[in-house]
Amino acid sequence: MSEASMTQSKLSPRGEFAQRAAKRAATSARAQNTLVKVGAALSAAILLFIVGYILVMGVPHITPDLFALKYNSTNLSLMPALINTLLMIALSLALAFPLGLGSAIFLVEYTKHNNRFVKMIRLTAETLTGIPSIVYGLFGLLFFVTVLGWRMSLLAGSLTVAIMVLPVILRTSEEALKAVPDTYREGSFSLGAGRLRTVFRVLLPAAMPGIMAGIILSIGRIFGESAALIYTAGTVAAIPSSVFDSARTLSVHMYVLASEGLYIDKAYATAVVLLIIVIIINLLSARVASRITKGEKNA
Amino acid sequence: MIKKAIANTVLKERVAQAVFTAAACCCVLAVGLICFFLVVNGIPALAEIGVIKFLFGTVWQPSAGSFGIGYMIIGSLYVTAGAMVIGIPLGLLTALYLSRFATQRLGGALHRGIELLAGIPSVVFGFFGLVVIVPLIRQTMGGTGLSILAAAIILGVMILPTIITVSRAALDAVPENYYEGALALGARHERCVFRVILPAAASGIVASIVLGFGRAIGETMAVVMVVGNQVRLPSAITDGVRTLTANIILEMGYAADLHRGALIATALVLFVFIMAINVLFSLMKKRAGI
Repeated sequence: MSEASMTQSKLSPRGEFAQRAAKRAATSARAQNTLVKVGAALSAAILLFIVGYILVMGVPHITPDLFALKYNSTNLSLMPALINTLLMIALSLALAFPLGLGSAIFLVEYTKHNNRFVKMIRLTAETLTGIPSIVYGLFGLLFFVTVLGWRMSLLAGSLTVAIMVLPVILRTSEEALKAVPDTYREGSFSLGAGRLRTVFRVLLPAAMPGIMAGIILSIGRIFGESAALIYTAGTVAAIPSSVFDSARTLSVHMYVLASEGLYIDKAYATAVVLLIIVIIINLLSARVASRITKGEKNA
Repeated sequence: MIKKAIANTVLKERVAQAVFTAAACCCVLAVGLICFFLVVNGIPALAEIGVIKFLFGTVWQPSAGSFGIGYMIIGSLYVTAGAMVIGIPLGLLTALYLSRFATQRLGGALHRGIELLAGIPSVVFGFFGLVVIVPLIRQTMGGTGLSILAAAIILGVMILPTIITVSRAALDAVPENYYEGALALGARHERCVFRVILPAAASGIVASIVLGFGRAIGETMAVVMVVGNQVRLPSAITDGVRTLTANIILEMGYAADLHRGALIATALVLFVFIMAINVLFSLMKKRAGI
């Protein structure tokens, strides 16, 4: 009896301690939980505020003359810049896509081991990813514009951004090709197809969603680029008559409007158009991404 | 006839292999060309000015022939440090939420939102800074509002997607049995996340920070629009400064001769900086296994 009561009296402070510790654990857990949720909510709020603010301020200023085919200093039309952007995307992808995809095919299908050459390609591709766009712009100015004598032109700008998106296309295509199961290759080879036929008839169709994702990512990069283009493609606000004419893209147009500071309404409206196009590009990429995951589930 | 067909196929295969190999050389060629042009155009100017005078000189007066980028290096570091102060905690908490706290629906929506944030062009961020952040700083803290603080806020938001995506990958890569083990020992969900998963993902998180740092120091357009661009040593965060990137974009349009060379040398300094950061990032990434 006495022994039992003694243990109980010994236990009771220990129980109290445990209770206090449990309470403290509960409080700190609640604090951590709140902290994480507040942080995430803040990130979401910042995004919503930026997008919302620009939409609210800009939408009322969207007028038909903003989309006039010819730019002048009263309508400040963004149409030429928009068309230039499309031309720029088409031209640079026409160069970067075959090169990037070709490199990816080489890396995945034509080399087996990690030899020096392969390591070199990977290292340089990673380097290209890290270079800031202003350095690309400077390189384009030194090489395409000055040394090759193309002046500031659609072509010089396109080649500059083509180099920028090359590693994006290379990496996504490489991942997509790697994700194709080896049974596809074995099946194709066993039917007597050569490597080339296997690549074009079997592997590329299977890897298409992943490759598309890379293209959309690249389009987004080119669309938003300005620092690399301002001294390579120049700032002429007209549709060029040849690839050797200067052409400002929509992002460069936005920069010129905003930094001049004279036409703030037009700048808001232009920002809205930029944002809406970015949102469309994002929706497209989300759709492609969901197609990729579906494909993986089926395989 | 069959022989001919086989020979034809063999030839085609050979040509294809050569074409793909040639395509693969492009990245190497591009990096080679970029390095070559920066070095050939930057080094002579660097030699003429003097490396020490260029890097640590504080006077930038192209018309008087003095080219010192010391204050711009400091400016770049200040702005980037400010961006990290804002971007790291916010990015890390959001990554933790997405990885371990979010419901599927809310997490999916936030993930889409972060992707959108990554896609917004830097000129739009710069414009937003110019019309919202800068006036706000001008009214509440005085000065012109074009300041280190404005640039730091905008850059902090711009590097969020980088920090969130890489950190989240690191958090997701932590083996599930770490979490289960901690849970089995009686720890609450939050304690498991903060005391077990977070330390286990530490090297990946550091990698995300390094990458974000690289992005912030290389960003140009958004910064040049809100940072004021005065070459000086700032005494407060509401002072304006000039960054390395801003220096290039502001003056490249009209620079000639040694001035032009000095700007290319500025880009060279930036390039070396970023390369060092990238090497650090690859090492971190390898250690983190992501």
